[in-house]
Amino acid sequence: MGRDTRAMQDDDATNPATLWVLDGEALWNQKAGAAGKACADCHSSMKGVAARYPALHAGKLLNLDQRINACRVERQKAPALQLESRDLLALSAWVGRQSRGMPIDIEVTEQLKPYLESGRAAFNRREGQLNIACAQCHDERWGARLAGNPIPQAHPTGYPIYRLEWQGVGSLQRRLRNCMIGVRAEPYEYGSPEFVELELYLMWRARGMKLETPAVRP
Amino acid sequence: MARAIVRVPATAKRGQIIEIKALVGHIMETGFRRTEIGTLIPRDIIRLFVCTYNGEEILRADFHPAVAANPLIEFTTIATESGKLEFKWTGDNLFSASESAEITVE
Repeated sequence: MGRDTRAMQDDDATNPATLWVLDGEALWNQKAGAAGKACADCHSSMKGVAARYPALHAGKLLNLDQRINACRVERQKAPALQLESRDLLALSAWVGRQSRGMPIDIEVTEQLKPYLESGRAAFNRREGQLNIACAQCHDERWGARLAGNPIPQAHPTGYPIYRLEWQGVGSLQRRLRNCMIGVRAEPYEYGSPEFVELELYLMWRARGMKLETPAVRP
Repeated sequence: MARAIVRVPATAKRGQIIEIKALVGHIMETGFRRTEIGTLIPRDIIRLFVCTYNGEEILRADFHPAVAANPLIEFTTIATESGKLEFKWTGDNLFSASESAEITVE
């Protein structure tokens, strides 16, 4: 990330994802569903929450977006928001913003271990017509260049991000789709267990790094 | 009403050059893109941005299809007197957004 992009990210007045964060705040305080409850009726601060996801909920591994949806369905009795929809991204940007600057903190319990190992396996598995694994770029060749751009270490510290190329906010899974299409593999479906396990592995791999949500990336 | 975020220093010395940032949420659809079945997506862009300082126009900008979504404008002006800066964006499909900020000049 260049210096200009960093400056754009760190100032709320220039970070375009602030528009999503403000939308998320409004949605957070708005009543929804048959239960007639707003998120804010149960939750006060969500500080630190985004740093702990993906996490297990009722025996299933969920990322933050899916956890928000679970709460909507179970507590608010409202229909789940579509993954990657503007409203869901706005809510997760609002929740994530509250953990900005906090270290990523994935605690590996016995129950979590199989999911983490599965994510690690996916990271190291060759795939697609180009037959390369995530690790071959992001572990072995980070710092080198791909199409003129530096290859990063793939630490998901700022999701959901405002990507200038997208001209909008998107999730980590959208970014992972880009990489998978890049190696000419068929991307997993949004919300699929494979994607969430890979997210878990990436977040665990970035443990201790500070969250920048919502980040700006080229 | 679309969201807009402006940043103006709260206080400034008379004659000082101040930096102003104005961000607005807009898709800025160019009018050149097509859907998967080939129909043209109609243009939907902001056409005009105007900033006034105590009623006096200090910046006017025409926007065109090549301007990115959620446009951010940064510019400078000279702090002359205390008062109000008003920002207004207008565009296709009767789009209109406005925001204002107060400044105290010592």
